Amino acid sequence: MNRHLISAADLSLDDAVAILDTAEEFATLAERPIPKLPTLRGRTVVNLFYEDSTRTRISFEAAAKRLSADVINFSAKGSSVAKGESLKDTALTLQAMGADAVVIRHGSSGAPHRLAGWVRGSVVNAGDGTHEHPTQALLDAFTMRRRLGRLDGLRVTIVGDILHSRVARSNVWLLRTLGAQVTLVAPPTLLPVAVDGWPAAVSYDFSSVLPDSDVVMMLRVQHERMSDAYFPSVREYSRRYGLDGDRMALLPDHAIVMHPGPMNRGVEIAADVADSPRSTIVEQVTNGVSVRMAVLYLLLSGSREPAEPAVATTGGLAPAGERAMSAAAAEAGL
Amino acid sequence: MTAAGGAGTGRPGARRDQGRWLIRGARPLGGRPADIMIDGGRIVAVTESGRDRRDQGPGGRDDGNIRDQDPDGQVTVLEAGHLIALPGLVDLHTHLREPGREDAETVASGTAAAALGGYTAVHAMANTDPVADTAGVVEQVWRLGRQAGHCDVRPVGAVTAGLAGSQLAELGAMADSAARVRVFSDDGRCVSDATLMRRALEYVKAFDGVVAQHAQEPRLTAGAQLNEGVMSARLGLTGWPAVAEEAIIARDCLLAAHVGSAMHICHVSTAGSVEIIRWAKAKGWRVTAEVTPHHLLLTDELAAGYDPVFKVNPPLRTAADVAALRAGLADGTIDCVATDHAPHPAESKETEWAQASFGMTGLETALRVVHEAMVNTGLLDWSGVADRMSVRPAAIGRIGALAGGPDAISHGCPIAPGSPANLVLYDPEPITTVDPAAQASRSHNTPFAGMKLPGQVIATFLRGTPTVLDGRLTG
Repeated sequence: MNRHLISAADLSLDDAVAILDTAEEFATLAERPIPKLPTLRGRTVVNLFYEDSTRTRISFEAAAKRLSADVINFSAKGSSVAKGESLKDTALTLQAMGADAVVIRHGSSGAPHRLAGWVRGSVVNAGDGTHEHPTQALLDAFTMRRRLGRLDGLRVTIVGDILHSRVARSNVWLLRTLGAQVTLVAPPTLLPVAVDGWPAAVSYDFSSVLPDSDVVMMLRVQHERMSDAYFPSVREYSRRYGLDGDRMALLPDHAIVMHPGPMNRGVEIAADVADSPRSTIVEQVTNGVSVRMAVLYLLLSGSREPAEPAVATTGGLAPAGERAMSAAAAEAGL
Repeated sequence: MTAAGGAGTGRPGARRDQGRWLIRGARPLGGRPADIMIDGGRIVAVTESGRDRRDQGPGGRDDGNIRDQDPDGQVTVLEAGHLIALPGLVDLHTHLREPGREDAETVASGTAAAALGGYTAVHAMANTDPVADTAGVVEQVWRLGRQAGHCDVRPVGAVTAGLAGSQLAELGAMADSAARVRVFSDDGRCVSDATLMRRALEYVKAFDGVVAQHAQEPRLTAGAQLNEGVMSARLGLTGWPAVAEEAIIARDCLLAAHVGSAMHICHVSTAGSVEIIRWAKAKGWRVTAEVTPHHLLLTDELAAGYDPVFKVNPPLRTAADVAALRAGLADGTIDCVATDHAPHPAESKETEWAQASFGMTGLETALRVVHEAMVNTGLLDWSGVADRMSVRPAAIGRIGALAGGPDAISHGCPIAPGSPANLVLYDPEPITTVDPAAQASRSHNTPFAGMKLPGQVIATFLRGTPTVLDGRLTG
């Protein structure tokens, strides 16, 4: 296993499958009377959150605690960060306190890359700016595989603000690795100009792609996009790119509807869709804990020293800790 | 190179001494070895080494042996057998940071860096604090340059008061000041208001000035971080589209043509910009342009690790842009290389990408980068390097060989008798790794750190006085 999880693009197929398989084992743990393992006892996991994100922070906190790690929550508000301390100085402070892993949520793309250069422990990206949110993509893939039984060849349609979405980026790279076929649907203003180089098809016609979709993933629309003239009005956006009951009826019977949350009901997703049996939205939250347990476990359980990149092996929990997440170092070291 | 007392007792450390120098066996513009005799701040003779004198000074000395001609024997001889001699380099685009950000650079440290890079004149950009938008500030910068003595400092005046983009600064007062400002720029910001740009272009005609535009359409680049393309999409960084540069360049070429004024374009960075400038020049319009060393060598792929040492404005572009910029510089569409030397203290770069300052240092690596990007690729010979790094930037800065009267400072002059002895001696042989800690700039934000680059500046002469000898500052 590589030291860090910063980008879903850094995960090999073996890495990704190992995380999903490990998460599957942890998911069964939740059904036990005492859903807790001693695996990371004595290890310290710091949640370093520069953006408000109750959902993701609690998910990581629960994951670390179920593995018996000590958890320190470091919120930018009310800390020395609010007094202007730099990310580097915060990193050095955490380093001095002996953090084994730092889970970082930050409003600037690339902040986890920078952090990884300043701390010796593992860095887990919990969402950086408009770059990536790899554990979200992993829990999405986990949810798809649980519901639909496979990922290879799965047809996944991602709808919304692709340009600014870290969830979309991580999903595009991870689903490519896992063999799914991704279609992006958005107004042209909310797609990167270089999207034609991505391993994904692009459509501006939401309804036309629905009959051929196994999964529809709706992204949150930020209201501030409207003032930047990305689209004329929320109503027009909702009409063209929102998922309502009529559109949902175009889906094949087995298809599922996903949303990373928090939702704007009535904007990108209608209430009856969000609450329908196709919706996996609550399930995604549950699965998030199992997947984050798997990530922390695989990053930290190998040894106290930063793990050397090792030959990837398959199998149960024990050897999984030594798997290498390939390519991350080369990327981050450029 | 050795600096040894030849016929006399040379004093290479005597910084202010405009003594007599014999540079023996250097190759002017990379050509045949010659002996260059310097006296009284001027080149007095250039003779082909080991042969009869090829050229002679206005004094009409007939004897081939220069040293014997020296009446009191005070000649310092530089054995420069393998060195290339170029006219002292001229930078049209330097941020010296003083006044205001002396933690990043001072006039003294920045001009020391310039001398070590082979420069004998730099144009100091106006975005200081206070802004160089009055005669008082430009004279202050000019005086600080004279006191430091490492190279000539030509202050650039702001186009608009406080760089605010709303009202013209007192351009005439700056032009008439002791600093004799001729280049005006709001660099760092675009003069985006078309009417204001038109007025500035017209106004500077009265004193043969030139407006240097930082071409960046502000509404298309709000929050921009990196060239808009494959890398910005992948990295989730707000894109800086090529069109935001090209649209302003196209507009301002048309404006300059309409009012018949001279316009210079700072740090051209895209293939499309090169095409537009080529078109404007074909029309005969008075448009000139510069390209930075970093845009000739580096691409946006370096941003992959989010290290802000690669964050610069305009941003690093693609390999196709680099190729077009090199071709444009080679065919003369782009007139010159200008460093956009932009020092920043460590804390401005040891941050998240979006929080980091834009800019890279460049004075101490520029000639080496041009050597790598243009000479080693066969796109320019050393004569071409001299043209693009000395002759043409001097002309654009109104300090060229034909500019002004006899008292005017002149750069970019031929290596020939009568010219001011502004020279750089460059050893093209060594290939060494760039070490920021070894540089004279107060700041270490060089994107070339750790890269292997060819060449080394051995000596720089400013009007006959060495500012650099043996690759080190003389004072």
